[in-house]
Amino acid sequence: MTRYVIRRVALALVVVTGVVILTFVIAGVVPGDPAATWAGPHASAAQVARARQYLGLNEPLPVRITRYFGGILTGDWGVSVHTHNPVLSDIGTAAPATIELVIAALIIGAAAGIPLGLAAARWPGSILDHVIRVGSVLGVSMPVFWLALILQLVFAQRLRMLPVAGQYDPNLMFSHPLVTRTQMPVVDSLISGNWPMLGSTLSHLILPALVVATYPAGVVARITRAQLLDTLGETHVQMVRSLGFPERTVVGTFAMKLAWNPVAAILALVFAYSLVNTFLVESIFDWPGLGSYAAASVATLDTPAIAGITLFVAIVYVALNLVVDLVQAALDPRIRLS
Amino acid sequence: MIRLLKANQLITAGGLIVLLIFVVAVFAPLLAPYPADAGSATHPENALLAPSLTHLFGTDQVGRDVFSRVLYGARISPVIALVVLLLACAAGVPLGVAAGYFGGAADEVIMRVTDVFLAFPSLLLALAFVAVLPASLTVVTIAIAITWWPWYARLIRGQAASVAGRPYVEACRALGIPRWRILLRHVLPNSVTPLIVQVSLDAGGVILTISALSFLGLGAQDPVPEWGLMVAEGENYFTTGWWLVTFPGLAILITALAFNLLGDGLRDALDPRRLPAR
Repeated sequence: MTRYVIRRVALALVVVTGVVILTFVIAGVVPGDPAATWAGPHASAAQVARARQYLGLNEPLPVRITRYFGGILTGDWGVSVHTHNPVLSDIGTAAPATIELVIAALIIGAAAGIPLGLAAARWPGSILDHVIRVGSVLGVSMPVFWLALILQLVFAQRLRMLPVAGQYDPNLMFSHPLVTRTQMPVVDSLISGNWPMLGSTLSHLILPALVVATYPAGVVARITRAQLLDTLGETHVQMVRSLGFPERTVVGTFAMKLAWNPVAAILALVFAYSLVNTFLVESIFDWPGLGSYAAASVATLDTPAIAGITLFVAIVYVALNLVVDLVQAALDPRIRLS
Repeated sequence: MIRLLKANQLITAGGLIVLLIFVVAVFAPLLAPYPADAGSATHPENALLAPSLTHLFGTDQVGRDVFSRVLYGARISPVIALVVLLLACAAGVPLGVAAGYFGGAADEVIMRVTDVFLAFPSLLLALAFVAVLPASLTVVTIAIAITWWPWYARLIRGQAASVAGRPYVEACRALGIPRWRILLRHVLPNSVTPLIVQVSLDAGGVILTISALSFLGLGAQDPVPEWGLMVAEGENYFTTGWWLVTFPGLAILITALAFNLLGDGLRDALDPRRLPAR
């Protein structure tokens, strides 16, 4: 196990190094001449040359990469052009709202996807199976930004059942002020026992979370069904069946036991994809998280912020992958010995 | 056998819709009631009309027929998706074959590079590239291809590595057949089936990525009738003109769904391990 852990962590470090190099390319090399951008459209050649000197672009590439690495490691991720704050502190401020949204979406996705996958595998080939399969394909084919607009129009603007946007009703701040500790409004109102505020935050969370949940729900239903169908053919499951256990127990307990591992793994990976989907959804719902920050950075051509978010999401993705692999290896000797 | 037929239903349904989309793309000028509206034509007197018999999907903020624009949209993202996948295969397949067949240092280097690229969710990396470059569909095409090739390199590598050790490939080597010929005639054909499945599964994802980038203002620019851009433009008039967002978005959904159904069906039909034991 130790050998596996060392190898796996080393691989993750190699990947993160590559990720940093790639974001360096995006931030510093791809956008043509950063010095010209910095100096502005009407700058003279001398001003561009001064900017080049100031930005350190005259130095050889290895020096620039080393400096970039040093900055990343010491927490200097550059300064955002549109907020004028350090990128890392912007990300720190925006991340909790997005994490709350994505976790809510994953909970919905798993709560819908796992039972649907179970039902489909319980009666394979039935009408129900077909409906669930097409439904899961529908979930992964959904343009989330479109679904967000449609749900907002139907449930918020036409039916007036749910709030249009935001994280909570601002009027409640007068009667039941929200004490912010984690920057996650639902969690904050829950730990401070602020029930009216909790109701408001939950009702604001429903639509964006449902939209972000479509992709995870589709993926989880698909994986659960495929895994169950694979394991249902195996001898130990056949044996349980021949012992006379009801089909419900055979599928739900014995076959599902083997399916949990891949389902949990896929949830961790879908987390990163959902983070990126918030880029398309948050600004529609005025959700003050990473997605809104990313959309604003894109709109203002804020290269340091774009590179910073890219790096942040990639590191989260690599870290989650690492955790999933290590947990799976701890549970399943076949993985760590192969 | 029943299972194969069931899988074929998916292939038939998905395949028919995909076919229909390409027919629409080819014959858009004949099918669209107002072909000029796919471009920069404006009819301010017709702005924001609700769907009716003269304008099936209504009109947009400058009076263009949304139905015509949605039809012309079939010429944008589905075609770009094809180019993206061709580019991704053109880069990924040779690298994958090289890594899988030769192994050793080449394999190690190529696979670590794919690891780095796969550490980004595909939309994220494409978005980062497109965001720092001038917005255009050419940039979008290249950026998405850059994020997608590693999947093909890995897929083909696995196939090539498993074929490379088989007795018939060793026999070829023993017969003194040149390396490139073994690769081309014996290793590559064995990888084609999973490649086709993967390409049709990915087409849906690529179309979603293109439309998402255009929605963020990073891809197609007005007056190009790209579906994601049409959704973004309609967002401002959405409370009064529901049709502006609804129909282009449905076109994205149906196209992505068709490719995914086709890919799912093909995977079931072509992969014998997917047949359940009973």
